[in-house]
Amino acid sequence: MATGEEAAAHAEGHSPLEQFEIHPLIKIEEQLWGWDLSFTNSSLWMVIAAVCVCLLVWQGTRERSLVPGRLQSLVELLYNFVADLLDSNVGHEGKKYFPFFFTLFTFILFGNMLGMIPGSFTFTSHIIVTFSMAIFVVTAVTMIGIWKHGWHFFSFFAPKGCPPAVMPLLVPIEILSYLIRPISLSVRLFVNMMAGHIMLKTFAGFIVALSTFYVLPAIAPLALTVALSGLEFAIAFLQAYVFTVLSSIYLNEALHLH
Amino acid sequence: MELEAAKMIGAGLAAIGLAGAGVGIGNVFATTISTIGRNPSIQDRVSGLMWIGFALVEAIALFALLIAFMVLFT
Repeated sequence: MATGEEAAAHAEGHSPLEQFEIHPLIKIEEQLWGWDLSFTNSSLWMVIAAVCVCLLVWQGTRERSLVPGRLQSLVELLYNFVADLLDSNVGHEGKKYFPFFFTLFTFILFGNMLGMIPGSFTFTSHIIVTFSMAIFVVTAVTMIGIWKHGWHFFSFFAPKGCPPAVMPLLVPIEILSYLIRPISLSVRLFVNMMAGHIMLKTFAGFIVALSTFYVLPAIAPLALTVALSGLEFAIAFLQAYVFTVLSSIYLNEALHLH
Repeated sequence: MELEAAKMIGAGLAAIGLAGAGVGIGNVFATTISTIGRNPSIQDRVSGLMWIGFALVEAIALFALLIAFMVLFT
C-alpha cells in the first residue's frame, strides 16, 4: 500500500504544465548584446515541422504522373483544400496570396499534429508563436487594404447603411473589434492546444494514480484518454483550418471592404 | 479569507463561463442538423460554416478556461 501511495504522490508531483517548458538546446546569448536567441526545443520542433512539409511536398510532386500515387494524391488533396478554401472565401483575387496561406495552413497543421506525438513539443501551445503569426497576418492584411483602397480603407470602420445617429457608438466598437483580431486569432489556437494537452496529461495521470491500487478501474481513464486523443487530432486539424479560414476572411474584408 | 482558498473559488467562478459556451455549441449543432434536415442538398456548405461557428464558440469557452488557469497558476 505504501508503494502505491508513493507512486500516486509521484504521479501527482508531475505538473501537467511541465510539457510546455522551454529549454535551450544551443545557447546563443553572450554574442548578441544580451538578446537571448538560443535554439530551443520549440525552435527544433518548428524546424522539424517545416522540414516535414517541405519533404512531403517535394516527394509528392517529384513524379508528377497523370494518375497520382499515394503521396502525390495527398499533396494534391492538401493543395486543393487550401485552394478551394481561398477561392470560396476571397474569390479570384485571392489566388495571388495562395503560397502564403498554404504555408500558414501546413505549418500550423504539422505543428499541431507533431505535438500529438507522445514526448514531443507543441510549439503552437505558446502564445508568442501564435501571436507572431496572427499579428503578421493582421498587419499584412491591413497593409494590403490600405495599399489597395488608400484612405477609402477607413470606411471599413463605418458600415454602410447604418443611421448617422449610431455612428459615434458603432465606430469605436468596430475599431476595437478590428484591433482585438490578432489577440482572438492567436489566443484561440494557443488555448485550444494548451487546454487539450493539459487535459490529456491530467487524464493520463489518473491512469497511473488509479492503477497503483487496482488495475481494473484504470481502464476507464485509459479508454477516455484514447477517446480524447482522437478528439485532439480532430481539434489539431480544425484549429489549423479555422486559423486559415479566419485569415482569409480578414483578407477578403480588406480587399472588398463591406 | 486565505489567498489559496480565494484562488480556488475564483478559478471555479471563472469556469462558470463555460456554461454559455455549452449552450452555444449545442445551438450551433442543433441549427445545423435542422437545416440539413430541411434541405439535405446544402450539407457541404453548411457543415463548413458549422465548424467555423463551433470553433468560434469553443474559443470563448477556452478564454474562460484561460482566466481560470491564470487565477490558479500565477
